Amino acid sequence: MSTESSVKSRPRRPTRSSIDLHTRLRLLARSWQLYVLLLPAVLYILVFKYWPMYGAQIAFRNYNPSDGFAGSPWVGLEHFERFVTSFQFERLLVNTLTLNALGLLIAFPVPIILALIVNQLQSERFKKFTQTVLYSPSFISVVVVVGMIHLLFSPRSGIVNNAIVTFGGDPIFFMGAPEWFRPLYIGSDIWQNAGFSMIVYLAALTAIDPALHEAARVDGANKWQRIRHIDIPGIMPVITILFILAIGNLFNLGFEKVLIMQTDLNLPTSEVIQTYVYKAGLQQAQFSYSAAIGLFNSLINLALLMTFNWVARRAGQSSLW
Amino acid sequence: MTNTFPIVKTSLPAETPVSTQGGPQQQAKRGRKRDRFADPLFNTVAIGTLLLAILVIIYPMYFIVIASFSEPSEILNGNVWLWPAGFTIEGYTRIFSDSTILQGFANSILYTTVGTAISVATILCAAYALSRKDLYGRTFFMLLFIITMFIDGGLIARYLVVRDLGMLDSIWAVVLPGAVGVWNLIIARAFFENNVPGELRDAAQMDGASDFRFFFSVVLPLSKPLIFLMIMIHLVANWNAFFDALIFLNDENKYPLQLVLRNVLIQSEVTAAGGAGALDSYAAAQRLGELIKYGMIVLSTIPLLIVLPFMQKHFTKGALLGAVKS
Repeated sequence: MSTESSVKSRPRRPTRSSIDLHTRLRLLARSWQLYVLLLPAVLYILVFKYWPMYGAQIAFRNYNPSDGFAGSPWVGLEHFERFVTSFQFERLLVNTLTLNALGLLIAFPVPIILALIVNQLQSERFKKFTQTVLYSPSFISVVVVVGMIHLLFSPRSGIVNNAIVTFGGDPIFFMGAPEWFRPLYIGSDIWQNAGFSMIVYLAALTAIDPALHEAARVDGANKWQRIRHIDIPGIMPVITILFILAIGNLFNLGFEKVLIMQTDLNLPTSEVIQTYVYKAGLQQAQFSYSAAIGLFNSLINLALLMTFNWVARRAGQSSLW
Repeated sequence: MTNTFPIVKTSLPAETPVSTQGGPQQQAKRGRKRDRFADPLFNTVAIGTLLLAILVIIYPMYFIVIASFSEPSEILNGNVWLWPAGFTIEGYTRIFSDSTILQGFANSILYTTVGTAISVATILCAAYALSRKDLYGRTFFMLLFIITMFIDGGLIARYLVVRDLGMLDSIWAVVLPGAVGVWNLIIARAFFENNVPGELRDAAQMDGASDFRFFFSVVLPLSKPLIFLMIMIHLVANWNAFFDALIFLNDENKYPLQLVLRNVLIQSEVTAAGGAGALDSYAAAQRLGELIKYGMIVLSTIPLLIVLPFMQKHFTKGALLGAVKS
């Protein structure tokens, strides 16, 4: 990789370019079979990733199927203006931000805490068992998890309401209450994903030199102190990177789950930008308008990612680039 | 339970009794006393937290299973907690006689098999090529893939592309648009880089083996753990996927199981089984509906629970590989 980039970085020398061309052709010819192996994947991303990227320009046009992506009439920022001034805009933005920011703040630390605890377990067997149980829900489909919520929290026969009634409370219609949407969404998210996210932190923890713990123990540090002064600083780079990545995905995470958790009654809190894109675009066929909203969403995302990456780099933490 | 957490010996001398009397001496000892209790306190909190977490995770799943065998009226009255009450398998018999659900199962099996085969083949081939340091343009291709992790064209453009390709309402709309995950590609590439020794290729080259020959006869047999991991990841992902099917399929006969599940579980659509017979009263239909819901969760999740024990070793390894590389 390094030789190749150094070759590329010196294009000015006149003699090099002819050699370059020659080498290039020779290399290409010798390893054509490798390119054949690579071809399907490259075709795939060109068709299913780069073509849609090219198609995203319809956000600035009035998309017309017969004219195609680039042939449709140009309207500039019209769709963006329409969205920003629409009456749903504020509610969508607030819902999206609240759900994702709350989700991040509450759900992000859970796998770290679990990893710190599991890492301290002495019995290998119990450790394995705990890990397996904790990450088993990540194999269950989102549809089933939401279905489980519907069943377990059902006002009529749900076990949760059974328990509430047993203890003298009134049954709550969880799936129909806007104020319960966020807790249920975030709670089920932790239930399903915390165990799996934990694995990465556990890996980072096992990479910490055991001699540090040994020395700290000799010096009389207890488990709390060792976690605070050895474990947490040790996995801080991983935490930072994953946090930045989570920020970058702030507006994307779990939109499919939001969509299927929506009921007519919880829409005041559960309608987020991306579910709105889905409805306006695919159900009402307002392609350009919803593409503009989607693009708006991605831009905020990218801006957040870059801001936090910059902050992390300035703070001397590890960063993505 | 306590012997799973052997207390660190240096911090808890067993013979020192805990003094409950006050006084200046006690005050001087407070610092040490706190230390002495720190580790046992940690162990208690740790075990407590983990046991609670395990309970919170296992109990809902367990409850769904026992509820699927219980008379719905017993669940309604709060009699089902630890054991099925009013044992019945009517939910299951109805599920197995419902053509929509069975069709969903069949479709899911088809999509999962074809999708997994396509994804794994594409990823392994590309990842091997990208793992070769002598591949001209390697950095360029890598960049081409990595960019798509951060920028994408959005839902609408993706839909329009699939529509323009004429794939709507076909298996390809479910199987192709998400076929190659860049993350999996990176994991596979890292595996090849670390596990295929360069000397081996030199030797093969000297014997006149082509890149194809070397890849299929030497690299792949050496990479069984990776192939296994990739197959497992894609089996689970394809089995659980529903969104592409939701946006690209209109024909209900082509719905995968997850979409059928969504209609039955979440939108409480009455299936053929649930509403069978005009004589069934509303209450009877509702009773059956509940049974079918519990039963379908169990049936749709069982294939994965069967796979889980086989994959856990490889799965954690794969997750770690990805993490280390990043």
